[in-house]
Amino acid sequence: MLTIGNYVKAKTLEEAYELNQARNSRVMGGMMWMRLGNAKVKTVIDLSGLGLDKIEESDNVIKIGAMCTLRQIEESEALRNLYGDGFAEAVRHIVGVQFRNQATVGGSIYGRFGFSDVLTAFLALDTFVELYDGGTIHLSEFVKRKPDKDILLSIIVRKSKRKFRYESIRQTKTDFPVIACAVVTGIVHGQETWFFSVGARPMKAELVDKAWEIPRDASEEMIAEYARKAASEFTYGTNMRGSAQYRRHLAEVLIRREISSILAEER
Amino acid sequence: MNRNQTEVNIENLRVVNQSVPKVDSQALVTGKAVYTNDLAPSDCLIVKIVRSPYAHALIKEINTARAEAVPGIECVLTYKDCPDKRFTMAGQTFPEPSPYDRLILDQRMRFVGDAAAIVAGTDEEAVKKAMKLIKIKYEVLEPVLDFRKAKDNPILVHPEDNWKSLCPVGADNKRNLCAHDECGDGDIEAVLASCDYVVDRVYHTKANQQAMMETFRTYTYLDAYGRLNVVSSTQVPFHIRRILANALDIPKSKVRVVKPRIGGGFGAKQTSVSEVYPALVTWKTGKPAKIIFTREESLTASSPRHEMEMHVRLGADKEGHIKGIDLYTLSNTGAFGEHGPTTVGLSGHKSIPLYGKTEAFRFVYDVVYTNVMSAGAYRGYGATQGIFAVESAVNELAQILGMDPTVLREKNLVREGQVMPAYYGEKTVSCALDRCLARAKEMIGWDEKYPCRDMGNGKVRGVGVAMAMQGSGISGVDTGSVAIKVNDDGFYSLMIGATDMGTGCDTILSQMAAECLDCEMEDIIVSGVDTDSSPYDCGSYASSTTYVTGMAVVRTCEKLREKICQRGAQYLGCPAEDVEFDGVNVTNLKTGESISRKEIGNRVMCFNNEALSASEAFSSPTSPPPFMAGIAEVEIDKETGTVEMIDYAAVVDCGTVVNPALARVQTEGGIAQGIGMALYEDIVYNSKGRNYSNSFMQYKIPSRLDVGDIRVEFESSYEPTGPFGAKSIGEIVINTPSPAISNAIQNAVGVIIRELPMTAEKVYWGMQEKEHAAESREAAV
Amino acid sequence: MEIQFILNKKQVTAEVGADTVLLGLLRDLGCKSVKCGCETTNCGLCTVWIDGKSRLSCSVLAAAVDGHEVTTMEGVKEEAEEFGAFLAAEGAEQCGFCSPGFIMNVLAMFRELEDPDIEEIKEYLAGNLCRCTGYMGQLRAIKKYMEKRKSPVIKVREVRG
Repeated sequence: MLTIGNYVKAKTLEEAYELNQARNSRVMGGMMWMRLGNAKVKTVIDLSGLGLDKIEESDNVIKIGAMCTLRQIEESEALRNLYGDGFAEAVRHIVGVQFRNQATVGGSIYGRFGFSDVLTAFLALDTFVELYDGGTIHLSEFVKRKPDKDILLSIIVRKSKRKFRYESIRQTKTDFPVIACAVVTGIVHGQETWFFSVGARPMKAELVDKAWEIPRDASEEMIAEYARKAASEFTYGTNMRGSAQYRRHLAEVLIRREISSILAEER
Repeated sequence: MNRNQTEVNIENLRVVNQSVPKVDSQALVTGKAVYTNDLAPSDCLIVKIVRSPYAHALIKEINTARAEAVPGIECVLTYKDCPDKRFTMAGQTFPEPSPYDRLILDQRMRFVGDAAAIVAGTDEEAVKKAMKLIKIKYEVLEPVLDFRKAKDNPILVHPEDNWKSLCPVGADNKRNLCAHDECGDGDIEAVLASCDYVVDRVYHTKANQQAMMETFRTYTYLDAYGRLNVVSSTQVPFHIRRILANALDIPKSKVRVVKPRIGGGFGAKQTSVSEVYPALVTWKTGKPAKIIFTREESLTASSPRHEMEMHVRLGADKEGHIKGIDLYTLSNTGAFGEHGPTTVGLSGHKSIPLYGKTEAFRFVYDVVYTNVMSAGAYRGYGATQGIFAVESAVNELAQILGMDPTVLREKNLVREGQVMPAYYGEKTVSCALDRCLARAKEMIGWDEKYPCRDMGNGKVRGVGVAMAMQGSGISGVDTGSVAIKVNDDGFYSLMIGATDMGTGCDTILSQMAAECLDCEMEDIIVSGVDTDSSPYDCGSYASSTTYVTGMAVVRTCEKLREKICQRGAQYLGCPAEDVEFDGVNVTNLKTGESISRKEIGNRVMCFNNEALSASEAFSSPTSPPPFMAGIAEVEIDKETGTVEMIDYAAVVDCGTVVNPALARVQTEGGIAQGIGMALYEDIVYNSKGRNYSNSFMQYKIPSRLDVGDIRVEFESSYEPTGPFGAKSIGEIVINTPSPAISNAIQNAVGVIIRELPMTAEKVYWGMQEKEHAAESREAAV
Repeated sequence: MEIQFILNKKQVTAEVGADTVLLGLLRDLGCKSVKCGCETTNCGLCTVWIDGKSRLSCSVLAAAVDGHEVTTMEGVKEEAEEFGAFLAAEGAEQCGFCSPGFIMNVLAMFRELEDPDIEEIKEYLAGNLCRCTGYMGQLRAIKKYMEKRKSPVIKVREVRG
């Protein structure tokens, strides 16, 4: 059972950061996961008073405050206008509206959970995270780091002409994914590039990018071959929800469908 | 006159056969404090259980000193504090078929989660702290985890000498055997040998959790008379009284059990899962105590469905006449034998009789102990498992014969008036199974949809069928009694011992009483069960309440009507033969003079020497089966194996439908649970017996997005031995989804899955296997 | 620590621990409609509104509602009764244990979505588990309730103000 000594609603980021340097301090997000653990937390730090609950759009980026809820992501016009239904698709299966009204983007990303749809989705978009102390770094870099005492402030998604698809397979509709795949394509330094993020393998999502130029009229067989290559870049494991082999197969199928869907739109 | 002797014309019913809202609905939909934990006094000691981390171990040392020293801790109890007399937690009529194999706390731990110690304290924090401070030294033993290897395994789950079995169920604790039996009719081997086709298959159903929304919970206190009062979320208050008296080794007269509103049961609460712990604490300390099982405890130390492996041999001739069924069931009762000897019987006795033309049958079973959590009663009670096996075998036969599975059934299904040798030789007095199947086919559009339709988007939709039966109470055993008294102004108190667990029996029994007494629902009050004042009822299980207690209501009302007439006649100064009671007035038919029920009610409260009340009981020598047909339509993604429920058409023959709205919801709910069992729900243990399915995060019951459309209709027969022609509805409704969905998958993609749940991955590998087989066939050619 | 918040339109002050969970606090304050079904945020039984939005009170720290507005079924009794009558007419409250959380989310849905279709309804309520009904009766109740709201004779929303 989680025990907490003190609850502090931070008044400034400085205060939050200072408090968080103590060994037994923890920053709280939506309290969805921390509560399920057995941690003895001396001070829990609530960031909800620091204005980190907004999705802000500027000329070049969309900045999502760490305390934004998954429901905000689901309903964000800015994200929808830019990347279609992908983000809504990534979060709408997560438990229920009440859960998504509460779970935060920051909590999802910071937790680096294997099952995380949120992480899988953002990773594919070559996203950045803004840290209080560590500056702005690639999400793919952040994911590899061990959790430390820095504070995650926001997720920054570049606005660029990219296509984004998200699909997952679940046993029940609101369960954790058996596999989650996000595919993004766009031009990077003048080169058509494809980004593949596969989560719930059951290990946490990883990102692979490929400088592939897939013809818009590529045959199903060709697309399948690309999908096979992309899926083979990841490792897969076995747990209650599925075997490694099955997951690999699903990743291939979903990636193929996502590539096809993107190509169809661009045709 | 006993109304039951003549067939009641359903059209003329005023209250029965109407969708009356539940009498407690207003309180439930406005969130009133009516459940066990809402009612518990705030000064209850909080009771929690320290549980074994090992599947099989002996407690060598248990040190409670530091835990007892935690401020607020009232007591820490271990096996040393419990009577060494074994009992069963199964809520069954005495003498229970379930073996007496339990102690409240035992030195031997038999599954991960078995109770090692009880801690009680003034607040949860103190109790949790104390739990961590109890030091237990275990001698870890090798567990028996594979139920296929349990029988005659040198490792014994119950080696103790004071284990005992009260009934001749074939139990032998020195063989890990909780029950064994063999029965049959005709020469099965000869009949199968004479068949053109014999389907010979093994099917495997898993343990499933009832997963009622309210977990197990109980609070206890001593009253002014020094008696143990127990308020509990239970289906079996009278059995709980006996179980607690046995467990604590105290007289039954010392125990009172009260059942308030219950947040669902589905059989889980037909076992005394939570009661003994606070009862022991209160009995030892004299203080009120309360236990609320966490969801984790409810999923790891409870009373799930028995896992069963069933070997079916089913023989038929070329024309599709099913001539013989041979069934061997191996049932896993887990660490304790609750409901072990009885659930298994239904796997054969309520599956084989679905086929009315068999020349022979044989049914053999073993029920074994293993070191996983004890199984118990879950809606369907073994019939669900057996019907999955037999109905799946029939569907496999259809495929072998190249015959539509509904046509195969039409040729063979049991019909009204047939004797069912495998159902204790009972005759189907009321049976509309043929009409149920015909209507279900119409509802789904079987002829257009069978076997499947390619949707052209990589998806294929298949339809599949199954039939089911159950019983209506346990014949010759289940007893329901009812009392009704007339109060001032003539309102009635209906007193029942049957336990409404959300299903609505308080309502439907009131409907029956209102029908019999020619009054309005508002004229009748009904309340929860109190073993001190309610008439005896074995409780709500085995689909007994509508049929058994319902008949007791009818009998009681008839008796009461007679008494009201006599009393009215007395007050009117005429012979009883001259009066008639129309529900409002007793009228002298000769003079036209009358006296109202209201006046009679008031007058019996003054200068009266005989109470105006009646009480009758009912128990039936037969258990008339309800029947049903279920047809599933599923959509399968041919690449991923994902199975999506599209539609489910179900038609039930439960005799007269007492409350159509409630019966429909029962059916829809049972089907949804059946869908969960078929597709999603699984209790997964690791190699050491640790249960991974310990939360609603891991044990996935269907959400509203997972069940597709469920459509229910009724095709009623008339059961002359039941109240107003009614049979039961509660359990049968869970039995068709597993075989029907399996058949739909079979018809859609040709894959037959014989082990539940039928996950997408199993479908996928099945399709792969088929493809490879086809390829290698081609290669061979 | 002491917190102040608005509970069912009334200002309340409560003394809570840093790890006190809102669910327990609300029950202690007499809101017995709030139920716990799973402890792992999967069942929806503990649904209450915080600042008008459906949330799972089993995983909200009581300390975090300081200065906020919390609504339980006790605070929307009339509306609950009104919808509840539709649920009862279908027999779809059954054991009733999940009814408060379910009804709170149904009422939240009608505040958020104008005229939801079946798929939207099912998705919005997916986090409310029910083991008794198989969900069909709940859906029938919602449909009939919506029809009544639409009917010109009784405009529920206007009555509610």
